[in-house]
Amino acid sequence: MKKVYFDHAATSFVDPEVLKTMLPFFKDSFGNPSEVHFLGQEAKKAIEKSRQTVAKFLNSRPEEIIFTSSATESINLAHKGLVESLKGEGKIHIITSGIEHKAVLNTCQHLEKLGWAEVTYLPVDKFGLVSLSDLKKAITPQTRLVSIMYVNNEVGTIQPIREIGDFLKKLNKQRKKKIFFHTDATQAMAYLNCRVDYLNVDLLSFTGHKIHAPKGIGALYIRKGVKLIKQQDGGRQEFNLRAGTENVPYIVGLAKAISLINGGKKVKKLTKDLTDQLLKIPGVKLTGHPLLRAPHIVSLVIENVESESMLLLLSDRGISASAMSACNSDLLKPSHVLEAMQIPKNLLNNALRFSLGKNNAKEEIDYVVRNFKEVVSYLRKLAPRL
Amino acid sequence: MSDFGNLYSKKVMEHFRHPRNMGEMKDADGTGTSGSPVCGDVLRLFIKIDKKGKEEFIKEAKFQTLGCGAAIASSSILTTMIKGKGLKEVKRITQKEIIKNLGGLPPTKLHCSLLASQALEKAIKDYENKKA
Repeated sequence: MKKVYFDHAATSFVDPEVLKTMLPFFKDSFGNPSEVHFLGQEAKKAIEKSRQTVAKFLNSRPEEIIFTSSATESINLAHKGLVESLKGEGKIHIITSGIEHKAVLNTCQHLEKLGWAEVTYLPVDKFGLVSLSDLKKAITPQTRLVSIMYVNNEVGTIQPIREIGDFLKKLNKQRKKKIFFHTDATQAMAYLNCRVDYLNVDLLSFTGHKIHAPKGIGALYIRKGVKLIKQQDGGRQEFNLRAGTENVPYIVGLAKAISLINGGKKVKKLTKDLTDQLLKIPGVKLTGHPLLRAPHIVSLVIENVESESMLLLLSDRGISASAMSACNSDLLKPSHVLEAMQIPKNLLNNALRFSLGKNNAKEEIDYVVRNFKEVVSYLRKLAPRL
Repeated sequence: MSDFGNLYSKKVMEHFRHPRNMGEMKDADGTGTSGSPVCGDVLRLFIKIDKKGKEEFIKEAKFQTLGCGAAIASSSILTTMIKGKGLKEVKRITQKEIIKNLGGLPPTKLHCSLLASQALEKAIKDYENKKA
């Protein structure tokens, strides 16, 4: 059976070149980087070289990058570590958006529960955009952290990170207590400008497995001078911010994956082609912003077609796609992103997301469009007329 | 081959992929529609009643469903469970039996089978109301 993988926003295959770069660090150069002997020092060198590669990509200094296990861990460390470092001030005010990844939302809720933070969840418009004026209004003297994702993972909307960063930079000049700015750049890394001086962020989280590195490796950028309290205690690895023996092969793999990022012109063209063809089908609507959107995500709602049965039938035809709907979530709740965007109730469980990657091809677009049409018309025939 | 193989039992997937008795019934004697407030799924069941001597039985059953794999499979298997059966017997069919016949459902999907038993109850009531 033909297999088409259109779920790169969920995870991506490990690039063969990445894997090749990683392999020696499992068996030959397997030393513990904390050790003095040559094997340890070889591993240490590999980590520092990787740190330089990541730093260069973000236009930061190497000592501003720490390696973690995932974007989720980076996000936890950034939020909890910052709030803990400011604990002497009493309750910290955090501003985030209602459409963040659960890693941010649940971390914020954790801090609220502990009584360490008060959190404002900004609304979004129908395209999933956070507005700078809403953000300005939410700021209080106690505000110490703003955390907004760069690209929404469900609908692909690109948030005005640079504008927010510029605004906060200017505002901070007049404030006694600085407001720190974090962004979850997970879905942006492969396609958008993630230079920290361009974005004016203090903290930036991302993961490797969306950019063809393996699962289990992520990183956090921490601007020089931003103080975090480490959340995982033990040794003094990663500038004493993340204890635990470094995952050398995965760190090397992450750096290699970053060095292979090429802008994604081909992906952009394929995504546009797929979007244009799908939107011609009656009752199929784009979710997220029509223009300010990541070049790899096609997010839709389909009238009279329930997400899960669509996914199952596409899967039977070898097509991997994704959707958040009440019926395939553990909590039986529809997508918090679509709800925040005020998508009509009758379409909340009719969402579908295709996300493309560098190895996809034009003929796969045609295959998916053809099968999409067949499955949609079949499921509509199956559905009662209301 | 499907990744969803583990999500659902073989029986559920079989009924989902090849639903029995799907479609509209124009001359139904009873129709029941149930909707889930949880997930927005909607199920409509049509029944045609006949008599064997004094006893009424379900001669034909058809369904239309907008919903997930579990909702579609529950609808399909329900039609096979009631076709040819006496009305008295059919009235005793519970959600539990539907789940059992499907070889089980994941815990978060149990509510989908409730749609089927509710639609059945409503379709029978609709028939009895029309008759009265």
